[in-house]
Amino acid sequence: MEALIIKKTEDTPAVHLDKNEGLFEFSGKSLPEDVTSFYGPVFDWIAQYGEAPNPITKVVFKMTYFNTASSKIILDILMKLEELHEAGNEVMIEWHYEEDDEDMQEAGEEYSEIVEIPFSFIED
Amino acid sequence: MEELKNTGATNRSEYMNFVVKFHKMMVDKKITLIYEGEVTQEITKAFTSMTEKNLEKVEEDGKIKKKVYHVMVECLQNISKHADDDTQTASDSLEEGLAKTGIFLIGNDQNQYFITSGNGIANENIPALKSLIDNINSLNQDELKQLHKEKMRETAISDKGGAGLGFIDIARKTGNPLEYHFEPIDENNSFFLLKTIISRNSNEQ
Repeated sequence: MEALIIKKTEDTPAVHLDKNEGLFEFSGKSLPEDVTSFYGPVFDWIAQYGEAPNPITKVVFKMTYFNTASSKIILDILMKLEELHEAGNEVMIEWHYEEDDEDMQEAGEEYSEIVEIPFSFIED
Repeated sequence: MEELKNTGATNRSEYMNFVVKFHKMMVDKKITLIYEGEVTQEITKAFTSMTEKNLEKVEEDGKIKKKVYHVMVECLQNISKHADDDTQTASDSLEEGLAKTGIFLIGNDQNQYFITSGNGIANENIPALKSLIDNINSLNQDELKQLHKEKMRETAISDKGGAGLGFIDIARKTGNPLEYHFEPIDENNSFFLLKTIISRNSNEQ
């Protein structure tokens, strides 16, 4: 399966979704003009990945900022991953936040309360 | 000839007087940025990066910097999400009922940053917006957190790309009530002003 790699810009995050490498990562800022069109390929990729996932999927979030529209999209991504988890696959989230960034830490904690996937938190 | 000259001079000086007054008002109110017009994604990026640099220059606390950035993006995108609208104000939904152009101001004093945004709204949409903000203002931080969670689960991204979470998020991030005002324009439309305060030198949320 082909990897989905998107380079980060001033208002969109870097996306690295690679099944062969076993690397699933989102990093940077997310405040795109149109969240639906930016994240569309991500949902398509996850849907395709879900048909034949790796035994273990560890998804890393290293976000430094996201707007509210992106926060909703991130929840949607997590819910897709939850479906994968519920289907019997091992899925875990590694949520990074910058030193002292309590807002980003709390955002991750809230997601972990909403979706039933194991989260680990890492202060960078 | 003399008369014409005088007229010209008077006009010029009136305008110059206005600029002098305007400048003085900006300095008095410590307004560092004021903008009137269409708000696009490019404007949002330019203003936020300019403000980030200014805050770095004054060595503002990292947490405060993030809050200012956060509120700026939400306020500017509240306006810019409607930049492709043909309608200026009139519409039957809240999302569509806000105009694409507006004003944006940011200022500060020793104790706080003020971020104010304003744009047109159809009068029929005022009650819904008012009750939305009043409700947010009546909640404490725990209740806001609950509401945020509920809304995030329930709401889908609208056609305009909004999640309907902006006001809740601003209230949570700043810990201050949202101050608003509806200034009537004509019988169908009003100008909606929203002022957000971000406290400095405080460890509050």
